[in-house]
Amino acid sequence: MSDPRVSHIPPQAAPVRLWHLAFRSRNLVIGGALTLIFVAAALISFVWTPFDITQLDIANKIKSPSARNPLGTDHFGRDILSMIMVGARTSIAVAVVAVGIGMLFGVPLGLWAAARKGSLLDEVIMRANDLIFAFPALLIAIMITAALGPSAINAIAAIGIFNIPVFARITRSGALSLWQREFVMAARVSGKNAARISVEHILPNVTNLLIVQGTIQFSLGILAEAGLSYVGLGAQPPIPSWGRMLADSQTMISFAPHMALFPGLAILLTVLGLNLMGDGLRDLFDPKLRRSRQ
Amino acid sequence: MTLTARLTGLASVLAFAATGALAAPRTDLTLGQQLEPPHLDPTSAAAGAIDAVVYSNIFEGLTRFASDGSVVPGLARSWEISDDGLTYTFKLAEGVKYHDGTDFEATDVKFSLDRARAEDSANAQKALFAGIDNVEVVDPLTVKVTLKNPNGGFLFNMAWGDAVIVAPESIENIKTNPIGTGAFKFEDWVQGDHIDVVKNPDYWGTPAKLEKVTFKFISDPTAAFAAMMAEDVQAFGAFPAPENLPQFDADPRFKVLVGSTEGETILAMNNKLPPFDNVKVREAVAHAINRQEIIDGAQFGYGTPIGTHFAPHNPDYVDLTGLSEYDPEKSKALLAEAGVTTPIQVKMTLPPPSYARRGGEIIAAQLRAVGIEPQIENVEWAQWLEATFRGKDYGLTIISHTEPMDIGIYARPDYYFQYDNPDFQKLMSDLDLESDPAKRSEILKTAQETIAKDYVNAYLFQLPLLTVANAKLEGLWENAPTQAADMTGVYWTE
Repeated sequence: MSDPRVSHIPPQAAPVRLWHLAFRSRNLVIGGALTLIFVAAALISFVWTPFDITQLDIANKIKSPSARNPLGTDHFGRDILSMIMVGARTSIAVAVVAVGIGMLFGVPLGLWAAARKGSLLDEVIMRANDLIFAFPALLIAIMITAALGPSAINAIAAIGIFNIPVFARITRSGALSLWQREFVMAARVSGKNAARISVEHILPNVTNLLIVQGTIQFSLGILAEAGLSYVGLGAQPPIPSWGRMLADSQTMISFAPHMALFPGLAILLTVLGLNLMGDGLRDLFDPKLRRSRQ
Repeated sequence: MTLTARLTGLASVLAFAATGALAAPRTDLTLGQQLEPPHLDPTSAAAGAIDAVVYSNIFEGLTRFASDGSVVPGLARSWEISDDGLTYTFKLAEGVKYHDGTDFEATDVKFSLDRARAEDSANAQKALFAGIDNVEVVDPLTVKVTLKNPNGGFLFNMAWGDAVIVAPESIENIKTNPIGTGAFKFEDWVQGDHIDVVKNPDYWGTPAKLEKVTFKFISDPTAAFAAMMAEDVQAFGAFPAPENLPQFDADPRFKVLVGSTEGETILAMNNKLPPFDNVKVREAVAHAINRQEIIDGAQFGYGTPIGTHFAPHNPDYVDLTGLSEYDPEKSKALLAEAGVTTPIQVKMTLPPPSYARRGGEIIAAQLRAVGIEPQIENVEWAQWLEATFRGKDYGLTIISHTEPMDIGIYARPDYYFQYDNPDFQKLMSDLDLESDPAKRSEILKTAQETIAKDYVNAYLFQLPLLTVANAKLEGLWENAPTQAADMTGVYWTE
């Protein structure tokens, strides 16, 4: 494999150099740090939270932030910091599974469509994608959860379905240009069939695209989960959810702004962090962009 | 007196002079309400939102409720009851005209009652009229109603919003253009926003003091709070967010009225669904519940604990909260005694009002502590009516029964909590036949005890009527003996 034309294109930077670049990218560092904080909060909440959120403490309801409750308490006297930590779990779980569903179905469909470009199959897959795209995602999610009953599982399914065409499209467009490359031709000449080429040569080269898109979809998933929970169609109580915390505090904003402020900030910072990270990753993986910034 | 105080004093004198120069107090009112009626015919739908607009304002019945729940004469100015309790002879008010100018006569009473009790009647409370045997027009101002059996509650029944008198001439368009005899005339309905009524200048009784009332529909509690604060609405009946009341209370522009409603708020249990068909399990649920915590947490302190399905302000009420005191240890013991395996998994559906949504979360936490695991499902009203109320697909649910004197629902085995006790059913049929007040009171007390001892449902609290109004507004109903916003006595003091 000394001939650069048959190596994987675009060429990967050496791992050390990539790390070096990563730390120089402000977006990536800030975004990564924010994301890490919330992932860590979610993980820690499995073993420890400042207070037990399943225990209501009505006597201590709607307390402003204090030394005992750094972010105050909600209308049932539960500690908001603990609620946000456990709520991060819900948000992340829903978003991860929804992105997973999108990738699991979307990527193979995209690879398949690209391998049979111009065929009836390609048309069917892509038009089916267009069909899903044509519906406003949140409305359909509301329809699904309204029909099947509100629950975290249904919210995941509803959000996940809308990730499928996103990943199918991005995979197909990435794969199409790769199919024109010499190393793919070489593979074809060597007798590999389309499925094998897709898996062995195309897929590794669209991974960068997928990671970047995955990060963006992840942040959209968190927003969608918060939106569904806000209207009461997401995770049901007692499972905490940032969106429902916002909805619960709505009538109390005028006298207890902390109840809405902190879950709102949690959503804002997580989504911001993921988007910054997505931006940073795209810069990092795209050599042209990277060069132009150097 | 310091200079500042003197200046303030001077300023207030000037301010007084300025406002004093303006003549009469204002005569218009915008009243906020949470629910918009589906249409405006109170005689063909159960929706309380209809009565909340038309009751006593547009339509009147033979009798009517006063704010304290007593039954007072309406279109019937007086009546005689025969000694056997079977015949009621009503003397009707003179010179009454409908809003369209036609005369109100005894034939209209016959028409309205016959229509309500007809075979194909769409009336939501047909039971109110079931005891009527015959309605006879004696002369244009006298009506004789004959009952099949003596019924001590007949005058009470005739005060319901479902029993108002309508005219055959205007019945066709009643849903969009209600024509009644009340102190206000229907003017305009902008669907999704408001209904206007104006003063009826030809009203037969005490005329309304307001010239115009606008019923403005604001379903979102946050928007209701904002509209009140901005004084876009000058009063809000049944204010949906009790958490905001302290703010109104502290603001001199407003006053808060805390009254009672007929709403018994209960944790309903599906009495046919195992293990809730076992009275021990139901008793365990009742003892697991801490009512004060629910009232504080869900209602911000507004609500009176109840121990049975009866309004505490009713003279026949028996305080039975002692039968279901908060005692989680007893609950656990009862569950063990019942031989059920804990944790019990059960579906708990919660309709939209905050007493249900918040109360449900608190109750779920309290039940978990004794080994019952409710799976909360927040549902919209349509789903609740369809699946829970009609389909009986639920284990637990929270709801406020706002109809007055509705203990009779426990005699209906097909009602959504599916309580089937022949003894109780007999009590209710005895009650219908009894017209002696002392004996009626006795039966009602026994009935309350029967359902409390059978732990049919867990009885939580009596829903309060929370009204926020401009401080200068007088004459609003403080209590809600029926769902109504009677505007006939409302006025501005300046």
